[in-house]
Amino acid sequence: MGRTRRNYKHAAPNGALKRMKLLRELLFPLIAVICAFIVGGIVVLLIGDSPFETYRLLIGSAFSWPDGIGYTLFYATPLIFTGLAVAVAFRCGLLNIGAEGQLYIAAFATAWVGIKLGGVIIKNPVTGQIVNSPIAHLPGVILLPLCCLVAVGVGAIWGAIPGLLKAKFGSHEVINTIMLNFIAVALVSYFTQYHYKIPGDAILQSAPISSGAHIARLGKIIPGLPQRIPLNLAFVFAIIACILVYIFLWKTKWGYEIRATGQNPSAAEYGGISIRKQIILAMAISGGLAGMVGINEVLGYRYRYYDGFSDNYGFTGIAVALLGRNHPAGVFVAALLFAVLQRGGVPVDAFTQHVSKDIVQILQALVILFVAAEAMFRGPLKKFGFMRSAKV
Amino acid sequence: MIELRNITKRFGEVLANDGVNIKVTPGTIHAIVGENGAGKSTAMRIAYGFYTADSGEILVNDRKCEIRTPHDAIAQGIGMVHQHFMLIEPITVAENIVLGAEPGSAFSLDLKQAAIEIRKLSDEFKLAVDPNATIDTLSVGQQQRVELLKALYRRAQLLILDEPTAVLTPQEVEEFFTILRGMREQGKTIVIITHKLSEVLAISDNVTVMRDGRVVGDLKTKETNAAELARLMVGREVLLRVEKPEAKTGAVVLGVQNLSIAGRDKSARVDKMSFEVRAGEIVGVAGVEGNGQTELIEALAGLIPGSHVSGSIAFEGKDITRLDARKRKELGIAHVPEDRHRRGLLLDFSLAENTILGVHYRKPAVTGVGSIMLDQAGIQSRAAQVIRDFDVRPPNPELPVRSLSGGNQQKLIIGREFGLPPKLLLVSQPTRGVDIGAIEFIHRKIVAMRDAGCAVLLVSAELEEVTALSDRLLVIHNGKIVGEVDPKVVTNEEIGLMMTGGHA
Repeated sequence: MGRTRRNYKHAAPNGALKRMKLLRELLFPLIAVICAFIVGGIVVLLIGDSPFETYRLLIGSAFSWPDGIGYTLFYATPLIFTGLAVAVAFRCGLLNIGAEGQLYIAAFATAWVGIKLGGVIIKNPVTGQIVNSPIAHLPGVILLPLCCLVAVGVGAIWGAIPGLLKAKFGSHEVINTIMLNFIAVALVSYFTQYHYKIPGDAILQSAPISSGAHIARLGKIIPGLPQRIPLNLAFVFAIIACILVYIFLWKTKWGYEIRATGQNPSAAEYGGISIRKQIILAMAISGGLAGMVGINEVLGYRYRYYDGFSDNYGFTGIAVALLGRNHPAGVFVAALLFAVLQRGGVPVDAFTQHVSKDIVQILQALVILFVAAEAMFRGPLKKFGFMRSAKV
Repeated sequence: MIELRNITKRFGEVLANDGVNIKVTPGTIHAIVGENGAGKSTAMRIAYGFYTADSGEILVNDRKCEIRTPHDAIAQGIGMVHQHFMLIEPITVAENIVLGAEPGSAFSLDLKQAAIEIRKLSDEFKLAVDPNATIDTLSVGQQQRVELLKALYRRAQLLILDEPTAVLTPQEVEEFFTILRGMREQGKTIVIITHKLSEVLAISDNVTVMRDGRVVGDLKTKETNAAELARLMVGREVLLRVEKPEAKTGAVVLGVQNLSIAGRDKSARVDKMSFEVRAGEIVGVAGVEGNGQTELIEALAGLIPGSHVSGSIAFEGKDITRLDARKRKELGIAHVPEDRHRRGLLLDFSLAENTILGVHYRKPAVTGVGSIMLDQAGIQSRAAQVIRDFDVRPPNPELPVRSLSGGNQQKLIIGREFGLPPKLLLVSQPTRGVDIGAIEFIHRKIVAMRDAGCAVLLVSAELEEVTALSDRLLVIHNGKIVGEVDPKVVTNEEIGLMMTGGHA
């Protein structure tokens, strides 16, 4: 060997190679978003409003200070968590449709700890009768970290169940995560209704948690940001989670094993990696990340468990992961985009003639459709030399 | 029949075909040989209309014609059989064959007439295919003949066959060649793309040799030989024979006693096998594929669940029957798997990441407290070592392994496994789909491992490969060892008889 000359496809040096790869990674999501906005614009036009005005309202409102930015980042927080959750599972070759159930059960468990270990006594406001008495009254320094840990831990356990079922019995995680969603939702509703609600409360929500378990709103730290905006420390946790997930997946041996399993389970097995362990581990991490939504919701926003709080965060997380190409940085950006749309829905509803905030859902759906239709763009892009050439 | 004139085709930066001229005489079998990536498939795909040439022209029966799609090619009487069959499993042979050229009117499908016609063709060319059988009941060899029928049914006069023997057993290859000779007698023209020189010499009338996108030789098969063809293909002298000194055997490294392995259907895939492999020797396993080789190697590597394995496996005298794959690798058992894409590689991972598969959890791949963090420097230096010692090309550790040629992917796996370093080497089909130049290289490395005192168990479907490399040769049939022969004195016929269940 050695004297044959070949024309290599990748004669480019490493730096250029990486840049090209990055460009390709960014290209399709970007095209998908642009196409979604074009088609969405046509929809707006057909309804009878100006697309430009609608988009100005939609996007403009997200960037006003402080309300626009504050709320956008607040909306983005749960989507970052669920997007990461779906992405981690996907890197292991698993589709976690159960983030919704995982975040519900975790949020409830968080509130439970905040109530039962936070010394909260639930009384009937009319009779003064004690309905539910606490187990302990822990100080904030212990209670708050404990609440956070419970959010992650309970989400992880709920996520690990379908992982375990898959590893042990080979039952498909999609079916099991969907079923566990129903179980989680029913379970937490039941407990809220019959054990942790203040009697007579018309809203299906738990009693408030101990104030020791509240986490700071960012308004406390950032000047000019009023504290009424619920953006809280959970957003900072979300950023940290992005970084940690990146390090975990690409810089540790465990991440290597998870990614290897997702890429080719047979080869992973050959490399001495236990596929079963990876499946359980990935699902547990995925569930734990989804569970962190509970921190944002319970400890940073409502300070209680509020039944049905999730605006389909678990399912939107699938879209976020898809658009973000299952990469933490991509997930972060995609979550921001979806949050911008969510925030913009309100002024669109209020200030346009015909278009309702449902346009947001239409746009989200279109983004997903176009992301999924990646192959549609491959052909034309290849013509212009954007894509790697075919195999010789 | 067909002539490619000055065909040039570029894929991005790669010049796949560079002024290619190929002329195929009617009524002959014309072989096109070259290493992977030499441009032989590209040239033929242009002839079949899969790709359009950037420049140059195609002549069919001395008339210039435009072939832009496979449809145009079929209209010109050109048919192509691909390496990977394009058949739909649950439906019948006849339905598969008429697909895309359905007889009858727009509202009715006349399958009966088609079946009659297919049977006639099948008889004429001695293909022995039942038009009413469903594809999933057919063997690989029979499926290939269905592909041939597909082309014949469309009245192809010229058949282009892309690596047709890659999927066949030695017996099937012989049958297949008889069919091809029969077709030539009936006046068909055949182009066969291959990189196996023995086949070129056995079947073709003329041969075109390609290298780096160019035609480097146009020869009459009768007037050439394997050495000359190999030299043209690789561009330098190639040693086709394996040269190895006498084996200096040491202690028993692998001892297998009464090993039985059950398949998914609980039937015995390996049936009470007992043998041993000593340090410093290569023990070959010859057999028709599917007679237990895959299961044997996977069981020795620890990849088959313990519940399916009975008997005992000892490594350096210690029982390892219940150890998992990782523990066995730690003891010094390396494994070159038979299917590199399914088992051996993470195709979308980089070359560097693939060089640590299996050792990714220990030094030098990891660093720091608890050996959790991957050590980029350690991984890079290991990758650089594999790339250098095993001549992996292109030598860029950041490339996804998918973009490497088959030969380079295989060298990467071999480099990774040989670098463990192992005391026992399980090697399965080490040169499948690999260029001649790389084959020579891989063979030399295997012999070098033996000479360094490693015990080697080698499985290959290439009879020539196992006989040339092995010091001792076990012949297996139906999951049983039917005999041990001395590869220096045994003939292919004798082995062939044993492999098929006869007696030597």
